[in-house]
Amino acid sequence: MSAVLRAAWLIARKDFTIEARSREIIATATFFAVACVLVFGFSLVTEGRAPEGVAAGVLWIGIAFSGTLSLGRLFERERAHDTLRTLLLAPIERPAVYLGKLLGVIMLMSAVGALLLPFTGFLFDQAVIRSFPGLAAVILLGITGYAAVGTLFAAMLGRSRSRDVLLPVLLYPMTVPVLIAGVRATSALLEPAGSDWETARLWIGVLVAFDAVFLTLALWTFEAVMEE
Amino acid sequence: MSRRYGRVRALADVSFTCGGGEALALVGPNGAGKSTLLNLLSTLARPTAGDILYDGRRPAAWGPALRGRFGVLGHDVSLYPELSARENLIFFGRLFAAPDLESRVAGALAAAGLERRADAPVGTFSRGMRQRLAIERALLHGPDILLFDEPFTGLDESASESLVARLAAARDAGACIVFSSHDFEHAERVATRVAMIDSGRLSWLEGTGPLRERYRSAR
Amino acid sequence: MKMMMNLALLAAALMFAAAPWMIMRAPQEATMGLIQKIFYFHVPAAFVMFITAFVSGIAGGVYLFRRSARADRISAAAGELVVIFGAIVLLTGPIWARKAWGVWWQWDARLTITLVMWLIFVAFLLLRKYGGPGSETLSSAVALFGMANVPFVYWSVNIWRTVHPSTNVVPSLQPGMREAFWFCVVAYLLLYAAFLAARVKLEEQRGALDELHFEIGAD
Repeated sequence: MSAVLRAAWLIARKDFTIEARSREIIATATFFAVACVLVFGFSLVTEGRAPEGVAAGVLWIGIAFSGTLSLGRLFERERAHDTLRTLLLAPIERPAVYLGKLLGVIMLMSAVGALLLPFTGFLFDQAVIRSFPGLAAVILLGITGYAAVGTLFAAMLGRSRSRDVLLPVLLYPMTVPVLIAGVRATSALLEPAGSDWETARLWIGVLVAFDAVFLTLALWTFEAVMEE
Repeated sequence: MSRRYGRVRALADVSFTCGGGEALALVGPNGAGKSTLLNLLSTLARPTAGDILYDGRRPAAWGPALRGRFGVLGHDVSLYPELSARENLIFFGRLFAAPDLESRVAGALAAAGLERRADAPVGTFSRGMRQRLAIERALLHGPDILLFDEPFTGLDESASESLVARLAAARDAGACIVFSSHDFEHAERVATRVAMIDSGRLSWLEGTGPLRERYRSAR
Repeated sequence: MKMMMNLALLAAALMFAAAPWMIMRAPQEATMGLIQKIFYFHVPAAFVMFITAFVSGIAGGVYLFRRSARADRISAAAGELVVIFGAIVLLTGPIWARKAWGVWWQWDARLTITLVMWLIFVAFLLLRKYGGPGSETLSSAVALFGMANVPFVYWSVNIWRTVHPSTNVVPSLQPGMREAFWFCVVAYLLLYAAFLAARVKLEEQRGALDELHFEIGAD
């Protein structure tokens, strides 16, 4: 077990080093997320005001869309010089490779989320600071669920034709529960009258269960899916 | 064993053994099934029918430790262009649990002739430099089953010579080598046996004499 | 197998022929009138859709771990039928909704979950069609994940919105309606069994044809 975690950490740290050097994914994904938020802002705002309660939805659209971009690029790096196959040849249980890549995806998506949350709060005048710990937990749980499915799909699509289109086509319907739960929990926490913790807890429960089930399922199927 | 991809049969009833101290060269036209065979041998792909036994045991009985015995060089170099040569070797060395990594990395950099460029990103290297580094990466953890896909591609004459020497040394030290090549002149100096793969079928190229001639007459 | 398939198809055809008569004889529902009768098509199709989604998911799981060609054929065939029966559900639903709720579409729990499941299996078919070689493995994982997703979509959408007539409509059906309803459910199930068997058979024969192609060496 510790060998698996050590290998996963090694792979995640390698991704971190590469990203710290090029900053390519973080820069493009963040800008893309900001552009998403703006596009939705333009389409929703009338007479200078956004309708009530759209901020949470816009935030999660930004996270989900930029997440697909990050996933695609992070696995393109492994595919470009055939390095993913070498990772799979390491003498450790293969799910370690999945875990390592998952950690990298979560780190990247969290970094984008950390920038996007204050930005959305600022544009839509939301009480982000008041409910920050709750929001951070919801976003991290949502990102984990999204990345748990996304990492497996992006990894397996690596040897597929038309992988760029197929990733969002497969990923968005599959992560509908994450998006609904994330949006609902976020807007419950952002209630102008004060955070509605009762509702938020209900949705956090959905997120935790989703993360647990799909993480287990992905770890269990990873080796079989990756074998050609 | 056989392997099919959907409706295409990549390998048909291929059967052979390769013992320690043997080097098996695979020759044949592009798309004939050489890479598929190497993928199957490295357990990245699973045969549609049949089995591959390593010292008489199936991969499932071996577990992940089996992969530590493989030294695999694919058709691409499998190096991260953003990382330096040294960083690449250290990363893969740790992942493959190579013992006394520091001295091995130093030795590998020397063998690849990259000591002076060790800390430059691999993305700035020429094709030949990358290929030399990739070979060292594949050998770093001391594997005894070498599966090399076109290892001579991109190498100049002196690098090819040194690869021949390295492979011959590994072979004589008891490793089993299976490699594909279009480079008959270098391949025949490593190989103890030569197999031709055409349309997924394997046949042996027997006899002596220059490999190029044997290949021509067999086709 | 073939006998069973024809029998199921024949029975389903007869039952579908008789269904309008059964449905006509069932009493008119007080508030909804004629439009309520769509229920005899809508609900059985929804039953079958979820059954076939589970069949596809389980067969996908079996294929993933056992690599049996038969499991893959069943998973593919059942996945296609999710899209077919889902289309029936998604087309008949709005017709009823227009009358009952005054709008074509409501973001209601059961409507949304049907739409999401339908999209997952459309994605499954897209992957099989455009994914290239090796898509069988990937699509079986998608079917398995899609199946595992049912409770989550249901759960989340259920807390989110519920305006759909709840499932306890079925046990509380009036006599007359009840017989007609279960008659239609059985007819749909038989139709489903016949379709599934026919589709699996088609794939089997396609496989056999490929085999023959290999044997005579015409690729």
